[in-house]
Amino acid sequence: MEELKAELKTKIIEALNLEEVTVDEIEDQAPLFGDGLGLDSIDALELTVLLDKDYGIKVTDPKIGKTIFQSIETLATYISENRTK
Amino acid sequence: MKKVYLGAYNCVSPIGNNLTETWNALVKGKSGAKQVTITGMEADICAALVGEDELNGYFNKLLREENLYTSTGFTKLEKLMIAALIPVIKTVTITQETTFIVSTTKGNIAYCEPEEKGSTAASLPALAQKIGDFFGFKRPPIIISNACVSGLQAISTAKRLIQMNYCTDAVIVAGDLVSEFVLSGFKSFQALSDRACIPYDEARQGLNLGEAAAAIHVTGQQLQNHPFSIAGEASINDANHISGPSRTGEGLKRSIVSALAEAKLEPNSIDFICAHGTATIYNDEMEAIAIHRSGLADKPIHSLKGYFGHTLGAAGLLESIISLECLRHNLLLPSLGYQKQGTSLPLAVIKALSEQPLKRCLKTASGFAGTNTAVLFERELY
Amino acid sequence: MEQLYQISRHCRMDTQGVYRNGEQISVEASPDFASFSKSLYYSLGTSYPKFFKMDNLSKLAWLGAELLLKDEQTTNIAIVLSNRHSSLDTDLKHLATISDNEQYYPSPAIFVYTLPNVCIGEIAIRHNLQTENIFFVSEQFDSQLAVNYSNYLLNTKRAEKVLCGWVDYLQENYKLVLYLVEKTGILAHNLDVVRQLTR
Repeated sequence: MEELKAELKTKIIEALNLEEVTVDEIEDQAPLFGDGLGLDSIDALELTVLLDKDYGIKVTDPKIGKTIFQSIETLATYISENRTK
Repeated sequence: MKKVYLGAYNCVSPIGNNLTETWNALVKGKSGAKQVTITGMEADICAALVGEDELNGYFNKLLREENLYTSTGFTKLEKLMIAALIPVIKTVTITQETTFIVSTTKGNIAYCEPEEKGSTAASLPALAQKIGDFFGFKRPPIIISNACVSGLQAISTAKRLIQMNYCTDAVIVAGDLVSEFVLSGFKSFQALSDRACIPYDEARQGLNLGEAAAAIHVTGQQLQNHPFSIAGEASINDANHISGPSRTGEGLKRSIVSALAEAKLEPNSIDFICAHGTATIYNDEMEAIAIHRSGLADKPIHSLKGYFGHTLGAAGLLESIISLECLRHNLLLPSLGYQKQGTSLPLAVIKALSEQPLKRCLKTASGFAGTNTAVLFERELY
Repeated sequence: MEQLYQISRHCRMDTQGVYRNGEQISVEASPDFASFSKSLYYSLGTSYPKFFKMDNLSKLAWLGAELLLKDEQTTNIAIVLSNRHSSLDTDLKHLATISDNEQYYPSPAIFVYTLPNVCIGEIAIRHNLQTENIFFVSEQFDSQLAVNYSNYLLNTKRAEKVLCGWVDYLQENYKLVLYLVEKTGILAHNLDVVRQLTR
């Protein structure tokens, strides 16, 4: 799990071009959207692509997306339970 | 400021090869939306396409009838644009003072391969020049590519160019295709509906892409049998988000208020609104807020996306000429598919075809990058 | 009676260097646009993390606008931009994401930039410009159109100032010329001057 979280942080920084953010700065429970990392609607869509591409998870319902993308913690949990690759 | 008038206009759309066919299909409530599959994404969605075989047949027939012999090959988009332009050009004397305006977002992108780096296949100037040369325009074309307001903004730009004595008249063509390029992109935005789109409705779940071309003559001189003029217009940015519609509708509201101010008209003098209405959750909600804030909440309103889909750079012009036909026929077209209020603020969405005296129409469009345009069309009294 | 306007500030950016009002601004020597744009961004001292999410065309336009508008007070500035290659640089990147049916993952963050006018949106957001805007595409900068259109916006009081110019990017080839038109300035706003600036 810890490995997956670290991997996710690296991937998110790269996929979302968070140039000035380091892996250490992203806390597991901190909110990804809103005040947290300041992500927006395009980032949410990009995370959806990342889930599909890297973990074989298709998220089509925006409501599900909202709960999964709360924090690194929730994201990692969802991936570990639903990944197909 | 000089008054600017609208002359001949025409379109080629998913529901008709020309304006007459398209209008007849609209009055019958025909939708162009059909099931389409995006191969790579294994996704079924709905889009409004112009049949390639039918277009080819119609295009060749037009060229024969008009004695327009040519050895040049044309892409589907170019055929659409030329077919839309032919009846309009017949009414125009092209002089050194006639400007040719092309509105498109993606042009010939469907013919651009990623390997062909720097290829001219997708060049917008090359496309505009080719069409311009075919009809013998004497000045270099002006191309407007301002997202989904392009087609409508082309009309307001033509008006401005005439008012600033840049030209005496302008011919506009607006066109875009449904390509895998845009289908895959809008799909990745989760913006596409797998059913026919239903703007402003509670059950709306996204847009349908559509393809079309439309053309119009804009001039500083009032022409016989062409009773329409541009009373006011504006294009104001939301400065909010590059893809997410504004939550306050500020840019659209300011565009509408500016257009009304230029026309020296009160909101009450508008007879109906032909809005953008893409049928995405956030676009329609933004429009409802802007329309309320502009004092137009009680005005009959429709979106034509249920008939044509969202034809991108063509949409603003295509929907404008249909608005002019509504004024001409004194007919309000229903917003196809609409049943139940789906925006937080109520709109007077037109549910059934109805005949009533119409003099003024407000046409609006909004798009990526926070663009908005509002144009006020008016029937002149003789 | 038509009023005459002036150009108050102008800038130029291409592979030869960066100039503001004709004076060169030194930027760390860079092998490519990615590192060049980053150096220039940091040298301007504005903290704007969204800069790194932009495509190359928007980065170029954003940097140019920053050079001219960083300390600007008014927000009543219209934006009139143009280029030759539309959004082709990013269009090719989007096409690359859909060229293989086995690896078919179109990216929303790329696709959103496949319109040339998105760079206008980025400038408008940064400087809070809820104003008139348009994007033209042409083989060469159309000075006559630009001068006429800017004068029209000012004459009709649709804007107090106009940010006008050229912003083109395709595969490491780039050129930007931006200038601000208003009532007073350092250069006359006429066809000759605009042609000279955008050469």
